[in-house]
Amino acid sequence: MSDPIIKIENMNKWFGDFQVLKDINLSVEKNKKIVVCGPSGSGKSTLIRCINRLEEHQKGTIIVDGTELTENTKNIEAIRAEVGMVFQQFNLFPHLSILDNCTLAPIWVKKMPKKDAEELAMKQLNQVQIADQANKYPGQLSGGQQQRCALARALCMEPKIMLFDEPTSALDPEMIKEVLDAMVNLAKAGMTMIVVTHEMGFAKEVADEVIFMDEGMIVERAETKEFFANPKSDRTKLFLSQIL
Amino acid sequence: MNKLNFLKPDKENITTYLYCGLFLLFIALFDVILSSFLKINITSFLPNSISFLLPLVFGTIGFHLIRIEFSGIKNLDLLNKNINTSTFNAVLTLLIIFAIIKAIPGTLSWFIIDANIAGDTKEACTGSGACWTYIKIWLNRFIYGMYPNELQWRINISFILLISLAFVGLIPSEKIRKFLTLYYVIIYPIIAFILIYYLISGGSLGLEWVETGAWGGLSLTFIVSFFCLIFCFPVGMFLALGRRSILPTVRYISIGFIEFWRGVPLITVLFMSSVMFPMFLPEDFFMDKLVRVIIAISLFEAAYVAEVIRGGLQALPRGQYDAAKSLGMGYWKMHVFVILPQALKLVIPGIANTFLALVKDTPLIFVVGLLEIVGMLNLAKTNPKWLGFAMEGYVFAAIIFWIICYAMSRYSQNLELKYKTER
Repeated sequence: MSDPIIKIENMNKWFGDFQVLKDINLSVEKNKKIVVCGPSGSGKSTLIRCINRLEEHQKGTIIVDGTELTENTKNIEAIRAEVGMVFQQFNLFPHLSILDNCTLAPIWVKKMPKKDAEELAMKQLNQVQIADQANKYPGQLSGGQQQRCALARALCMEPKIMLFDEPTSALDPEMIKEVLDAMVNLAKAGMTMIVVTHEMGFAKEVADEVIFMDEGMIVERAETKEFFANPKSDRTKLFLSQIL
Repeated sequence: MNKLNFLKPDKENITTYLYCGLFLLFIALFDVILSSFLKINITSFLPNSISFLLPLVFGTIGFHLIRIEFSGIKNLDLLNKNINTSTFNAVLTLLIIFAIIKAIPGTLSWFIIDANIAGDTKEACTGSGACWTYIKIWLNRFIYGMYPNELQWRINISFILLISLAFVGLIPSEKIRKFLTLYYVIIYPIIAFILIYYLISGGSLGLEWVETGAWGGLSLTFIVSFFCLIFCFPVGMFLALGRRSILPTVRYISIGFIEFWRGVPLITVLFMSSVMFPMFLPEDFFMDKLVRVIIAISLFEAAYVAEVIRGGLQALPRGQYDAAKSLGMGYWKMHVFVILPQALKLVIPGIANTFLALVKDTPLIFVVGLLEIVGMLNLAKTNPKWLGFAMEGYVFAAIIFWIICYAMSRYSQNLELKYKTER
């Protein structure tokens, strides 16, 4: 077994007086695909936002790819460049074309020459099948296309880990599939992925393990088949019975 | 033919209603036009109050008669929909039309018909209207201030050069295009400064020195506005960022700065800049009062610009920050490439607003003895040979300021359109 690429130990987080995450312990090996599910308000999003420090944790340690997340800005920026993230609300940059959205970070953060960055961006856009939209602006694209562009944008940084924060929750049903397909392809290519989602079909198809969270704690972590076949805790059973 | 019901005009007898309505409207307008242009009152046989209100009554009835929905006549429908939806709106429409008609003769006669422009002295102005001779004679002073006549070519050349250099952005060359931002933000202001310093101010290169106290008029308005606009924008931007900084020192300094400058009137700031400020400087240190004034106005307006920009920053969804951070961008990269372009685009109307206010604030520099166009007007109107033409002067200044501000306003609207990428 290889060293874990993400290692979280006794991590606690508060929003003011309210404790959102309680004693989280989690390690993820390279190339593993983890699905995080749970009721809303259970801290799933906060957990993965802590992994690239969009949220700050107050106690415990988070080590990503051998670097501990501390106040050190340089470290944080280095880790963020290695950890891609896809958001529920796409968060494309509306003032830039699709192509510029994808090349901005490689050019300015990774100092990639413009030509190489554009080549890479076109390759990634091709992967998610929106290469023909490259010169449009985000506002001119459908939700599904925007989310696929957001995925391509994250991949242009050639990250080692990809985080997905409910990537399909803001989409129309018919657009969910195109985004999930792109994610499945990415999973098959061997990316390390942590996905917060309610799409249990996706979890069954792709995930190696499923984590169930409730009230800021990891209630259950199990192999995918095991998780759906015989969940151990009552809370998990209740949750599964409600959404399946 | 159906029975005519004048209380409820309908489509069936549309021609009858239309003729009646339009006839009444015509009488109403005819009466007003006659009385306002030719001073003839065709209803003078009636008691005064009735005679006065008659056009309004006729017009209202006329509008009532032609208020026929879905008449099928395009122009009539348009008219009804826009200015004749109800009796109340019809009355308002009439009142506005009457007011305009009443105002035309007076305005025209003051501006043109009874105005004088010929001659060189006050005595040439014999009409009851405006005395444009006054503006004509003083125009040179209104534009150049006390700048010596034989040296005014220096101002002309500087401004012609600067205006032509402003159009560099229109050159359709990819090579130049890359450096446009750099050019407009840094190089152009430097060129402007060099031109003004060496050509307008002089004192070196064999050019006679002209002290800033002699500068004035419209050219000074432009110089002050131009530099204040250029300086206050970046300062305001940094203040806005500073006010939202997570570093407490930076934040409190920014807040203190903004609240201080917003809390004092511009006129006090200008006064302080000329009277108090030199006291804090070492004895042998000299700073021209024009420079001091430009710095004072810039800092003053920067506080306003900062608050406008902060509004734009706050309007951006948090997701934009998250996305930029998640791609590994640091504070400056995130702001330069993602946050500021969007925030500034959002606040173009607000910035234009502040800039217009700035241009219109420049006359206040008279408190330190600098006379831009309004200052020159005030000076000219106290000239014993030209007493009594304050009105012409202020109208002239109003027109000039309106032209400047309207041009800026149009420009800001163009910018908004240019940077519109949303659907």
